[in-house]
Amino acid sequence: MTQLLIEAGRTERQYWRDLWRYRELFFFLVWRDLLVRYKQTFVGVAWSILRPLLTMIVLTVVFGKLGKMPSGGLPYPLLVFCGMLPWQFFSTAMSESGNSLVANANLISKVYFPRLVITVSSVITSFVDFLISMVFLVILMIWYRFAPSTAVFLLPFFALLVFGASLGVGLWISALMVKYRDFRFIVPFIVQFGLYISPVGFQTSVVPERFRFYYALNPMVGIIDGFRWCILGAQSGIYLPGFAISVIDVIVLVASGLWYFRKTEQTFADVV
Amino acid sequence: MTDTVISIENLGKRYTIGHRRANGDGMRHAIEGAIRAPVSWLRSRRQERLQQMDFWALKNVSLRVKQGEVVGIIGRNGAGKSTLLKILSRITVPTEGRVRIDGRIASLLEVGTGFHQELTGRENIFLNGAILGMTRTEIIRKFDEIVEFSEIEEFLDTPVKRYSSGMYVRLAFAVAAHLEPEILIVDEVLAVGDAAFQKKCLGKMGSFAQSGRTVLFVSHNMEAIRGLCQRGIWMKSGRVHSDGESEEIIEAYYNSISNERSFSCVNADYGLTIHKVVLKNERGEESSQFHPGDDLVVEIAYKAQRRIEKPILALGVLGANGSCFTSNMLLDGHRPDFLEGEGQITCTFRSIPLLPQNYSVKMSIRSTNVIDLIISYQEVACFGVVGDLSEYGYKGDFLTYATHSTSVVVPYEWRLPDGTSVAVALSRPTNGQIREFATLDRINS
Repeated sequence: MTQLLIEAGRTERQYWRDLWRYRELFFFLVWRDLLVRYKQTFVGVAWSILRPLLTMIVLTVVFGKLGKMPSGGLPYPLLVFCGMLPWQFFSTAMSESGNSLVANANLISKVYFPRLVITVSSVITSFVDFLISMVFLVILMIWYRFAPSTAVFLLPFFALLVFGASLGVGLWISALMVKYRDFRFIVPFIVQFGLYISPVGFQTSVVPERFRFYYALNPMVGIIDGFRWCILGAQSGIYLPGFAISVIDVIVLVASGLWYFRKTEQTFADVV
Repeated sequence: MTDTVISIENLGKRYTIGHRRANGDGMRHAIEGAIRAPVSWLRSRRQERLQQMDFWALKNVSLRVKQGEVVGIIGRNGAGKSTLLKILSRITVPTEGRVRIDGRIASLLEVGTGFHQELTGRENIFLNGAILGMTRTEIIRKFDEIVEFSEIEEFLDTPVKRYSSGMYVRLAFAVAAHLEPEILIVDEVLAVGDAAFQKKCLGKMGSFAQSGRTVLFVSHNMEAIRGLCQRGIWMKSGRVHSDGESEEIIEAYYNSISNERSFSCVNADYGLTIHKVVLKNERGEESSQFHPGDDLVVEIAYKAQRRIEKPILALGVLGANGSCFTSNMLLDGHRPDFLEGEGQITCTFRSIPLLPQNYSVKMSIRSTNVIDLIISYQEVACFGVVGDLSEYGYKGDFLTYATHSTSVVVPYEWRLPDGTSVAVALSRPTNGQIREFATLDRINS
């Protein structure tokens, strides 16, 4: 027989066991979000292709044609798309998961389950979009007759890294949003601003050498570079210190995000 | 079968209200606080302490619940019932004390938690089931049972936003009813749905209890508690006020209602004070518990500092289904010539034909020009009607849900095809004799 102890001022020991017990809920929440998303839309699922396609065109025109940024001999749309892939995942995951606890306030105040499920599953939902965009990338590469190098096998590692970055930021923002709705205004700002300070529409090589290290403090810099390196090959180069910083950034983000989330989780139902 | 499955010791839950919450917990506040903290540490500390108010939603609650017990928790709104259930269901954490629960627990604090309007009934069964803690295989196994219980087969693939509220509730309860925990916690979820379905739900909970499982049940529906629970817990201002046989607790609870709220109010413009509204039975004793067919006396004590000419007094009795009956001087025209000084007005409702339920009394006093409302209150007193309908000749199966269509029953007679007539009336059984037979005899002879 299972025994449960609820005591004041003590975090539950069985949290992680509960998380495992509710593992199917991850799936159900992701399924719900995907199912609901395109209900009552005209084009439906096509949106998940249309959105990155349109963004790609805009960025290619702005940076490649108008800004005349160097492409290093690569097709500019491909260059942009490789940067957009992790960035779009990161930005949608941040907005979606940041809002996830508040959006599911009715669940939080009426049923128990580890709240982590809500935030994590909203990151997973964005990850599914990421995978769909990936298919589009393959089509794009066929179109440009571009064969990836063997480094492409390292892609899952970078995907994991961007997942970690999204999760870490998502945990922080979702937990903060419960108490401070200010983040509802801050997040869109970060998303908009981040698109320009991260190397999405251009290559990192554009940044002067002496600023490179500081530029790399943004975890998305190392991640986007990594994606380009994996998919487009050596031409785009990889900056190792920057990459190391990204890894450290992600680890710190996830660890601190988990810590803050767990610390505030118990009061969610009272505050939200 | 007498092991303790829930043991609660000194449980307390504090909410902080006032200053900080009132200004919003916005970030500006936190940042401001952080900046100011070192500057005016002392002052702000003191202010904080002054302006914050601690509110104990629960305090020193200790309880033991044994396996197989069905416990009904009653009490007024804000008495801490829901907070207690929220702590037991782990939605919120206690500020002090501890709880030990042995066994798989499931709680149902709301019907249809997590239902998504855009999803179909079928999809929602899965989603809601998962949220309530069922595994996918469990849901698949019970799917047909759930659908059958909910009676919505034809609409299974319709988005629930197109459902009527009845269908919605039926589906939602059906999912929850098929959870199979060892301990079930239920909060006032039966306040919805039609009578027949409620009967089904209560039946489900009853069979649940009979299979040796433990149920904690919060409700304002005393009849449901009476029918379902052996033990009653009456909570009052965050504490356990009394604990015992559900029958006794309910009776004590009813009796306290009248003492608890002695209504009074003032209209300064007219100089009119109502300092008491009390309910009495025909023996002149103050009471808040009546039987069907009793006389109900409403006594209003007033003090008029200025003379009020020809006021219009109206009283109304309201049940869960709305207004039952009124006494209204606007219609009957029997207005007092004036009110001046201290005095009282009483109104006696003869043999109230009300079904067992909770009722409230509303009152309004208008000035002689009809338009000005001097006093108007929705609830100046409340009372419960209790009684076993079978003593009034009722023989049906659905007696517990009798009040669901209407609360008032005027005497009526059936004349059946074979020529027999049966009269039914909610008038008091006399000399222990069942009224129905008396009236039957009279009609037949």
